[in-house]
Amino acid sequence: MQKLLLLGDEAIAQGALDGGMSGIYAYPGTPSTEITEYVQASKFAKEKNIHSQWSANEKTAMESALGMSYAGKRAMVCMKHVGLNVAADAFVNSSITGVNGGLVVVAADDPSMHSSQNEQDSRFYGNFAMMPMLEPVDQQEAYEMSYHGFELSEKFKLPVLLKVTTRLAHSRAGVQTMEQKAENEVSLPSNLTQFVLLPSIARKQYKTLLGIQSALEEASEESKFNKYIDGSDKSLGIIAPGIAYNYLMENFQDKELNNPVLKIGQYPIPRKQIMKMIEECDRILVLEEGAPIIEESLKGYQEAGTPISGRLDGTLPRDGELNPNLVAKALGFETVLDGEIPELVRNRPPSMCVGCGHIDAYEALNESLKEYGTGRVFSDIGCYTLGALPPYNAINSCVDMGASITMAKGAADAGLIPAVAVIGDSTFTHSGMTGLIDCVTENSPVTIIISDNYTTGMTGGQDSKALGRIEDICKGIGVHPDHIRVFRPLKKNMDEMVQIMKEELTYKGVSVIIPRRQCVQTMKNKKLAEQLKELNLK
Amino acid sequence: MKTDIILAGVGGQGILSIAATIGMAALHNDLHLKQAEVHGMSQRGGAVQSNMRISDKPIASDLIPMGAADIILSVEPMESLRYLPYLKKGGWLVTNTTPFVNIPNYPEVEEVLAEVKKQKKFIAVDADKIASEIGSKRSSNIVMLGAASPFFEISFESFEEGIRQIFGRKGEDIVNSNLKALRAGREFAEKNR
Repeated sequence: MQKLLLLGDEAIAQGALDGGMSGIYAYPGTPSTEITEYVQASKFAKEKNIHSQWSANEKTAMESALGMSYAGKRAMVCMKHVGLNVAADAFVNSSITGVNGGLVVVAADDPSMHSSQNEQDSRFYGNFAMMPMLEPVDQQEAYEMSYHGFELSEKFKLPVLLKVTTRLAHSRAGVQTMEQKAENEVSLPSNLTQFVLLPSIARKQYKTLLGIQSALEEASEESKFNKYIDGSDKSLGIIAPGIAYNYLMENFQDKELNNPVLKIGQYPIPRKQIMKMIEECDRILVLEEGAPIIEESLKGYQEAGTPISGRLDGTLPRDGELNPNLVAKALGFETVLDGEIPELVRNRPPSMCVGCGHIDAYEALNESLKEYGTGRVFSDIGCYTLGALPPYNAINSCVDMGASITMAKGAADAGLIPAVAVIGDSTFTHSGMTGLIDCVTENSPVTIIISDNYTTGMTGGQDSKALGRIEDICKGIGVHPDHIRVFRPLKKNMDEMVQIMKEELTYKGVSVIIPRRQCVQTMKNKKLAEQLKELNLK
Repeated sequence: MKTDIILAGVGGQGILSIAATIGMAALHNDLHLKQAEVHGMSQRGGAVQSNMRISDKPIASDLIPMGAADIILSVEPMESLRYLPYLKKGGWLVTNTTPFVNIPNYPEVEEVLAEVKKQKKFIAVDADKIASEIGSKRSSNIVMLGAASPFFEISFESFEEGIRQIFGRKGEDIVNSNLKALRAGREFAEKNR
């Protein structure tokens, strides 16, 4: 047992390692990536042979973790909030199958969309699947929730959703570790049809899930992660789940807090404590880092009509993450500011790196598309999404992982020909391959550019499942080998690049163009250098 | 004792190694610490900041409230101005004067520095120049840490210890050049405060 300085993400990983986890499954996604990376770098995990390799996407990760749980061992699966959309089929059904070994699902939400397409709140999914949820206030709780999450999961035979947000995921603080627990032995579920969701079995198990809800609520009421702090001033009661509790307390560093406060860290919402607050307080303020989920549900708890403020009545903004100043304003405190941002300060948006291969690919694409006009390039999630910004203005969509290929197909079906898709190598193996099958079976007139930089770039250079496989995958799916074209995206090759693109844009079938050059951020990665040498790639 | 620091710069400029060194110095003094970082998309050449809080008492928020920072420590001059609403009355603005120009509409450097000099308490140091003078071009971020070090309630020896721990595995030479950078930054601040 020791004191470590850890990011919230790392605290989750360390908690899982100490809590007897046998495997972690994930696809990289900000702000969740560092959980799995911590396990990958752990000497202890290596010695114990704890699984930590990346999965192709969040759905395969979720299913693999469920499989490990089936076999009796403790497993964790991690993703960013939108990754839970990808994993949703397996995730929602996993509360009907239930678990054998403890299963903790970590979803890292990104309110304010620092690095995301939306700011959906994963607690909706937890409610939807009717599984217990944990939401830590700080790094220490992140550690403890991860550590105890497996026990909670095994106690109720259900997966547990552990939700964090960007601020906690990427903030460092001291964490006190606890006693190392042994891993579970391999063991089959006592009922071998538990995981067979045939309607007849699923109906029965769904009733079990419904039946256990009151026990889950009781567990929340008794949980050490939910705390009712009494206060003498009952004119206002404050509910503060997760990290919002810290922003509340920040405002009382030099003054006394006399109002009753309910700190929430475990769901379902603890009814007993909520009722107490409704009964004893004249008004309730709900501080939620994500969507107004508790705020909305409070209406269902009460007939008294206790006024509730929060994100819905404008006391707090409806969107974006919270901070100490927003909470101060909600409490009616004034913030006096001394300095302001001088007018000359310009925005500095992120941009593709100097020397990035995506840049050369976009320059060639823009040149090749001149004769067709703008507005026909569908793109995807990754560094190349920055091609939407000036000076490139090269793409017209970024929706979800894999949507470039399928949206191009739909547009081509509608008559927008040629339609172009731009997708990265790792995004292609995440969710692009299935869309390519749709294109091939209809021989859709689409030009698909798989901009291959041998890595998952935006999240920091993790392994790409596509490494050395893209042509074989495309051929296997049925793309004609004559229309799989590879080039090295460099300024000096511009004529060749434009020539190839122009040829494929006129082809009335499926073309795959692969601009291929290593990500400049991965040049120091020795393991990748060896792999590239072996595959004879540069 | 409590020190709140906004670390500012552009993605890739090395503010996280400044943060790590301060973190080590804080741990060396058994202080509480919270440090919020920016990962992900902004790291690609965008504006980045890190909120660093050190205290002898437990710290509540990971984020520094506006109007509460004791120090803005910036490795880029325009970025130092972006966080002025966070600086408390009487707080120090410590910035590098070498601009990082990766946007087409970057303002005139003289105008940026004029804004820096409007602050009541500031240290404007050409960290890149000092770093190359001491023969360690890549240590300009540690020069900046040295220049801000007088405004922490942490001893200079603790920062030196932090450098040894953070850069130790990179070898003696790297440790020494960073120690040199730290001292050069400190010296500049002492002369110009």
